[in-house]
Amino acid sequence: MDAGIEDNSNQDFSGYDVRVTDAAQNGDTFVYVIKSQQISSDTEYRVEREFEDVEWLHHCLLTQEGVTGLHGIIFPPLPAKPGPSLSNSEAKTKKKIESLAMVDDWQMYCRALEEYLHLVTAHPVLVKNPAVHSFLKHREPPIKTKVKKGIFNKLTQAVGELRKEHHKDIDDFFQNERDSNLTLTAFTKAAAERTKRSQINFPVALCSSTEIAIACGHFSTALHLGIGQDDDPADYAFAKMCLKLSEVLDTVKKNFEKVAENDLNTLGFNLELYSRFQDAEKEMLFRRTCKLVDVETANKNLGQAKPQKKAAMEDIKKAADTEFDEISGMAKVEIQRYHRERVRAFQKALIELSDSQLQTARECCVELKQQLAEFKQLCA
Amino acid sequence: MATEREPPPLGDAEQTDFRELEDGEDLFISTASTLESSPTSPEPASLPAEDICVNSNGPQPAEISLDDDLEDLFAEATEEVSLDSPEREPILSDEPSPAITPVTPTALVTPRVEPKTIFVPAMFERSKEELEEEANGDSFDMEIVVSDPEKVGDGMNAYMAYKVTTKTSLTIFSENEFSVKRRFSDFLGLHSKLATKYMHIGYIVPPAPEKSIVGMTKVKVGKEDSSSTEFVEKRRAALERYLERTVKHPTLLHDPDVMQFLESSELPRAVSTQALSGAGILRMVNKAAEAVNKMTIKMNESDAWFEEKQQQFENLDQQLRKLHTSVESLVCHRKELSVNTAAFAKSAAMLGNSEDHTALSRALSQLAEVEEKIDQLHQEQAYADFYLFAELLSDYVRLLTAVKGVFDQRMKTWQKWQDAQAMLQKKLEAESKLQFANKPDKLQQAKDEIREWEEKVQQGERDFEQISKTIRKEVGRFEKERVRDFKAVIIKYLESLVQTQQQLIKYWEAFLPEAKAIA
Repeated sequence: MDAGIEDNSNQDFSGYDVRVTDAAQNGDTFVYVIKSQQISSDTEYRVEREFEDVEWLHHCLLTQEGVTGLHGIIFPPLPAKPGPSLSNSEAKTKKKIESLAMVDDWQMYCRALEEYLHLVTAHPVLVKNPAVHSFLKHREPPIKTKVKKGIFNKLTQAVGELRKEHHKDIDDFFQNERDSNLTLTAFTKAAAERTKRSQINFPVALCSSTEIAIACGHFSTALHLGIGQDDDPADYAFAKMCLKLSEVLDTVKKNFEKVAENDLNTLGFNLELYSRFQDAEKEMLFRRTCKLVDVETANKNLGQAKPQKKAAMEDIKKAADTEFDEISGMAKVEIQRYHRERVRAFQKALIELSDSQLQTARECCVELKQQLAEFKQLCA
Repeated sequence: MATEREPPPLGDAEQTDFRELEDGEDLFISTASTLESSPTSPEPASLPAEDICVNSNGPQPAEISLDDDLEDLFAEATEEVSLDSPEREPILSDEPSPAITPVTPTALVTPRVEPKTIFVPAMFERSKEELEEEANGDSFDMEIVVSDPEKVGDGMNAYMAYKVTTKTSLTIFSENEFSVKRRFSDFLGLHSKLATKYMHIGYIVPPAPEKSIVGMTKVKVGKEDSSSTEFVEKRRAALERYLERTVKHPTLLHDPDVMQFLESSELPRAVSTQALSGAGILRMVNKAAEAVNKMTIKMNESDAWFEEKQQQFENLDQQLRKLHTSVESLVCHRKELSVNTAAFAKSAAMLGNSEDHTALSRALSQLAEVEEKIDQLHQEQAYADFYLFAELLSDYVRLLTAVKGVFDQRMKTWQKWQDAQAMLQKKLEAESKLQFANKPDKLQQAKDEIREWEEKVQQGERDFEQISKTIRKEVGRFEKERVRDFKAVIIKYLESLVQTQQQLIKYWEAFLPEAKAIA
């Protein structure tokens, strides 16, 4: 059905504007609503996709045929799978919080997917993959074959391969990159973890600050009961004060919420993304290192080969060399692009962080000042 | 373990250790100098002649152990109000404590300076009201500061000495500004005397701060960590508030014990406040008896006002305790927030260090600094949460206990009156019986007794009416005070919240250009 559109004629590889506008729980799965439009055209597409479809897309990207130096690409990391991937403790604390915070979760997932699609469609090589078009434009989700997880992506986990990770590089540029990747990854992960911890505590915090706002409300109500204006003026004044106080505590609570939200939406999101991205870079570098090992092995074999095998070994060596050069070439470009992008994204996140926190603080300040004035007036 | 044991007979050497010279004032010697146990009997009062009958119901400590009644009652209260439970101490700040040694400088470490600026005595706001109440027309102008906690002595016999400074223009005092050194048991002793004198006639005597065996032991043993610093600071603030409340009461202000407490450089040691002494056990017994009595007094309430008020206070008490729990959890949460922020700051710093891109690296380092400052803010705010808000609530829970005590006293007074009436009735019956027997002696005696009991009935009635009147007045005062107190503290609390936000604004405004400068 869809074969015609996948033809290479009339291919438009201009950039996309992708928005993931909605997500809903459909039984066990999440269904995303994705709207996209190519810059060069006016047509807007709207499709519904499940997370499985996203995984399939990712798989297609990783296994694309005919791309020189494919293994040198730093693939944008797959977003987190929504739903039951939450650890038990997170799930429990999440249960405690109001439904409002739960709703924000799906917004985070949407945003994560949106970011992923941005990165993919912005990549000069990846955007040309027909699977991308299929994903974004076709009404029906693509036909998937069962993807064997873990073989391509998680090379680093194969035990025998681990020693290759530390194989010394022949190129300083790459050696440095590998080293700094290691440290940067660790710290980024730690920082991401810490912003998440605030989020995990945040529901608890929300609880306690909600509790107090509620308690104060009860306090004032209980005192207010049966106290009219004609009653003891002291009682009346006291009850009104407590009412005002509960309003203040409500403000405090909302402020807590907002501040945590800001952290999470800006820096938290960025750190989360880039700690995965660092992993993706690490995988790329590893693939290249493996290739390097292959090259060196081929060289060794060539040196040791018996005369009748020499020609075959020569071919293998040439192939390995070529592949390695292709990968390295692509990798170099990718690395530079990656760092530019990373810094830019970080900057954006930091600006957004300080902007949003500044705004929140200003709003809270105004509100508190108002309440303070009202309070002073109340018992003047 | 007793919190306030008698110190061993001190040689002069130890006394001189902590003498503190300040602005040419006299050297003060701690109150541990005397080992005699007699509490001072009230001196002939030069009081404005209000409703105080100091002489008619003299101090009867064995019978009415009111002060400790109140304190112990409170100590039994649910855990939420037990302020000195060990769990609470780690809640507050992690800063290293100042060394608590004799002769410490006036100010404590930086975070502790904060509450001093937050906690300005709100006394001057009430001058107008007090004017009405002051019989002799002095404008109420009095400021009391409790400061400079100093550890005196060593080991389990050590104690903290506090400096009590009074500034006033009232004429009842011989000077305008004077300082004395007092230890905790002195405060308890003062309260004990006041309660004995005034509670049973209906005055609401502000309760003294709680004893805390755990907290004090840590201090004595020389554990110089943040929790014992916190404890001392908390106690200092509580003592200050206690004195402020006491002198705000026009009657108590003029009490000779109060004046002596504030002015005399030496005070006889108050010993009946020891935790596990014979007196302590006696108090426990009395308290139990009291509790039983309360249950059996069924009063014929002719005045609905009292019943209503009691109900209201009961209500208020419950609400205050609930709110106090919530505020405590708020403090806890802020502390957690602070810990998280600090951890994040470190992460950001490490990230910044490992970053190759110079501008990004710098921005990240600055982010780390901002987060550290925010962490500090959290701690200070938690501090305010606690010292302003939570302590206010717990003070009032304790005050309500005193209020309830006063209502109970009224019931007792009523009971006494009723008992007198019953006795009179008996005597009258006995007399009429004797009318028919011919025993002139016994008849005369019976008539005498009847006169005696008639007087007692009348006195009982007078007492009852007096205490009722006093209570009404006191409750009125209490309610006004309550409003003023809460208002003052809540305003300060609000102001601290506003201040925190303003600081945050400054920090983020400073950081924003740094973030923009990255690329």
